[in-house]
Amino acid sequence: MQQKTIIKKHPLAIRWFHWINFPVLGMMIWSGLLIYWANDVYRLGWGDKTILKFFPDSFNAALNIPFHLAEGMSYHFVFMWLFAVNGILYMLYLLFSKEYKLIFPNKRSLKEAWLVVLHDLHIKKGLPPQKKYNAAQRIAYTSVIVMGLGSLLTGLAIYKPVQLYWLCAAVGGYEWARAEHFILTLLFCTFFFVHIVQVLIAGWNNFRGMVAGFEVIKPVPSAQTAGEAAEENTIVSIPKKEDNELL
Amino acid sequence: MNYYKEETISAQQVKNKTLLSLLFLFLFFAGCIAAWKWLQHQPEDNGVPAPLRAVLNTNEQVFTTLFSNYHLAKTFPVSEATVKVRKNGDDGMSDDFDAATWKLQLIRNAGDTLYITMDDIKALPKTDIVFDFKCIEGWSQVTHWGGVKFSDFAAKYHLDWQTHLKYVGMHTPDDKYYVGIDTKSILHPQTILCYEMNGQPLPMNQGYPLRLIIPVKYGVKHLKRIGTIFFSNERPPDFWFERGYDYYGGL
Repeated sequence: MQQKTIIKKHPLAIRWFHWINFPVLGMMIWSGLLIYWANDVYRLGWGDKTILKFFPDSFNAALNIPFHLAEGMSYHFVFMWLFAVNGILYMLYLLFSKEYKLIFPNKRSLKEAWLVVLHDLHIKKGLPPQKKYNAAQRIAYTSVIVMGLGSLLTGLAIYKPVQLYWLCAAVGGYEWARAEHFILTLLFCTFFFVHIVQVLIAGWNNFRGMVAGFEVIKPVPSAQTAGEAAEENTIVSIPKKEDNELL
Repeated sequence: MNYYKEETISAQQVKNKTLLSLLFLFLFFAGCIAAWKWLQHQPEDNGVPAPLRAVLNTNEQVFTTLFSNYHLAKTFPVSEATVKVRKNGDDGMSDDFDAATWKLQLIRNAGDTLYITMDDIKALPKTDIVFDFKCIEGWSQVTHWGGVKFSDFAAKYHLDWQTHLKYVGMHTPDDKYYVGIDTKSILHPQTILCYEMNGQPLPMNQGYPLRLIIPVKYGVKHLKRIGTIFFSNERPPDFWFERGYDYYGGL
């Protein structure tokens, strides 16, 4: 019987938090677009010069965004609960399981993240030793947690600027809260894009980590033919603890 | 934290565990899509699928617990008030309105309606407020309004048991625009029956002679050109609520 060595990667709770967050955040962004459309004032540019309008008419038309403000608000203020509860439970889980130690950046992370970037851009070979996540991942994933918290707080500041006047003031006032909420959403979309690309590059074994919770390290030699083992090898194994591009 | 814990299992087990997990993930997404379709086919409650409306109503219950007369909308110096004040809707602002014969109808009870003139209202203490008027569309504007605190108005006309009912309703004279507002918000110290904008009588398109300014609510609740005021324990009809918006609209 062919044997395989697996290493546990993502605990069940984190996998659930991750996959629940995916459609919920999707709903929040979609309904947020419906709301934003009613006052779509943000753009990239200076003075009268606009490089990119948020959002171009073609974008709005393609996604059927115009004239759905009421619908957007009703979905946004329902799914906000799922987003908040899932996110808060996730953060509590990180805290109590000590999993945060694997995610939060440490003293070396900033320097090492640079090496990861150089490596991923094929400028430099080799990577510093890492645990579950490399330094760039630590920074990226911790940023996403902070961004989620930021979206929740700026969202609340926009939602109840009078009753939560202290929160609204703390994030720079009503108009700034809206701008921050918008920018955070753009950052989420940017993260999502990079995340998908990295996951595609990292391959199936890494993806399985977020589905089944484990990765296969290396096949243990068995009585089976070398040919079969080699074939398996190409599908599921990755070199251990070196050149690890997992995301 | 057992990240380093290695296990050796059979290739068959790897395959089984992977397939089982993929099945769960598939079922999860299928469930999401099914829930989405189900939601789309629910009967509507005032323009919103009923389950969403139920949550929005619950949100009102949750967030009214934050409400306090001591939580005030931020105010600004008069110098920061906008001169060109934005006007969005003109529902309820019929052309055939005769300002000369206008009187405010205050329905205190069935068969007990007071007809109140502008002079009666102006005889009450005047309150000015400069605050950031917030439209449900997402824009906001620092604007300057003057009028009578609703709480002063209620005291003057002895609306004692009426203000212990849950809601206040307001209609324009033509009954084409109407709002319902929880009484707590109506009695908030910044809520005014407004007859001045930027120190001048209200312009016709801003609801002359009398409109509502209620900084703890979105603009949709700031009814222009008040015709009738009444009190109820049931939700009074609300123009934008019927069109799919949240009833509470509280900030």
